[in-house]
Amino acid sequence: MTGRLLAIAYNTFREAVRDRVLYNLILFAMLMVGASLLVGQISLEINRIVLINLGLTAISLFGIVIAILIGIGLVSKEIEKKTLYTVLAARPVRRWEFIAGKFAGLVMTLTVNALLMSVGFFAAVLYVSHGLGRVDLPLLTAIYFILLEFVLITALALLFSTFSTPIFSSIFAFAIFAVGTFSEDLRGFAQMATGMTRWVMSGAAYLVPNFAALNVISRVAHDAPVEPRLILLNTLYVVVYTGAVLTASVWIFERRNLK
Amino acid sequence: MIAIEIQGLEKSYKTGFFRNKLKQGLKPLTLTVTEGEVFGYLGPNGAGKTTTLKLLLGLVFPSGGSAKILGRDLGDIDVKRQIGFLPEQPYFYDHLTPLELLDYYARLSGVEPRDRKRQIEKSLSRVGLTDSGKTQLRKFSKGMLQRVGIAQAIVHDPKLVLLDEPMSGLDPVGRREVRDLVQELNEEGKTIFFSTHILSDAETLCDRVAVLNKGELKGVGVVADLLREVSGDVEVVWSGAQAIPVLSALGARCHATGDVVRAVLPERLLDTAVDALRRNQGRLTSVTPVRATLEDYFLARIGDENPKVVNA
Repeated sequence: MTGRLLAIAYNTFREAVRDRVLYNLILFAMLMVGASLLVGQISLEINRIVLINLGLTAISLFGIVIAILIGIGLVSKEIEKKTLYTVLAARPVRRWEFIAGKFAGLVMTLTVNALLMSVGFFAAVLYVSHGLGRVDLPLLTAIYFILLEFVLITALALLFSTFSTPIFSSIFAFAIFAVGTFSEDLRGFAQMATGMTRWVMSGAAYLVPNFAALNVISRVAHDAPVEPRLILLNTLYVVVYTGAVLTASVWIFERRNLK
Repeated sequence: MIAIEIQGLEKSYKTGFFRNKLKQGLKPLTLTVTEGEVFGYLGPNGAGKTTTLKLLLGLVFPSGGSAKILGRDLGDIDVKRQIGFLPEQPYFYDHLTPLELLDYYARLSGVEPRDRKRQIEKSLSRVGLTDSGKTQLRKFSKGMLQRVGIAQAIVHDPKLVLLDEPMSGLDPVGRREVRDLVQELNEEGKTIFFSTHILSDAETLCDRVAVLNKGELKGVGVVADLLREVSGDVEVVWSGAQAIPVLSALGARCHATGDVVRAVLPERLLDTAVDALRRNQGRLTSVTPVRATLEDYFLARIGDENPKVVNA
């Protein structure tokens, strides 16, 4: 089981790495970090704040775009190109193993991608701050939260990919990311409403993924600490939410006729 | 032992905007394929051949009926270690080379690490791709991809090989190579089940065939028996045009070239026809059975309402 899952994950990773778009995005992200250095030098007082905001936001957004663009095709593209037939038809591969392998492969890709971007980012911070110290540790937490974001959005893109076309999947995925970014505002609105509306809005607010809680970029840019409790809660939240989304993906995919 | 046992397997699809119409892709199908035989699954495009294969391989779920492969129920995933499958017009991960692709499939099929390299090289060499093992698949022609498709179907040394239209898109040389490979695999004891609409290939290769049309089984049996069923005619050649009216009256189709006459008539009328020739001073030259082709049988069956089973 593990061998098959790892083989599928590695193949997904290899496919993404051999896809030139990925290299371009990494390069583009590096350019963004370079630009942030330039901006940082112009505004003398706040150079570090601008650099951290811009750098981490670039790492996050590029990862999200890659996660969605690749994620939405993970299953549908394999069905469309019929590559899935030679994997599921005559190999002892269970459908859940295929989903789990695809998910793991893309998360692996995004992690490697984010780590490469992070190397460039820390080099830029080192350049601006003339050194790295304990004060920079929260940056690692912010990057960890960005990785959690990737895990969540990959699971969602994969879910859409199991039943929808790539175009609709990308619309759904970007929409849910946008709504999830403002999920705390949604919860605020729900608190202000009354009666049935309050229940419905609260339900919707808690159902959409809470990307807002995973964004601590501006906090770490201002050297504010990130409490260990938030790290724990965010980790648990992403594990549970991703588990539920992957279970739903498997449930749908297990029942699908692969025509 | 039975390699494939299909009992009343059927598939219906919901179609239409409101998914309120029911289309029957495969009507209840009962069929057995014995271990060690080459079985041809024939039918025009859209007959339900690929649907049957997808049902057997668990890609689509049956609306009714059941099937067993190598004695195990559909859904028993472990039996897939013993199955090789070539889809129609195969597509592969074109970022990979044949060596990488076969390594991936061999891992998924659970080939032991110590045997993997040897089996990959063996299957590549069998399809004549040893020299192209390190070229990315996106640079391959259709014929080469078909070969890769066959290599991936046999890389794990399966007992049963299912081929969906293996000859489609191949040039005559390629078709010949695939035919030879199918025969080789069969000689090694593998059961081959292949769907095709190229009847000459089926006639050359198959021990038995089944004919499918519009999702319905129209006939199944040993090729020679099936052909006997649609033919049964003999060609009689003699000298002496005076016998023509008598034989024409018997229902023979006569063509005269000078004094030499050729007539085709049902075999059961042969004795009567020979007697008539003798009476009319005809000099008999030859009597030859007219050999029907699988195409004759196929065309006769796809227009037929009732399925025929000959020694199935």
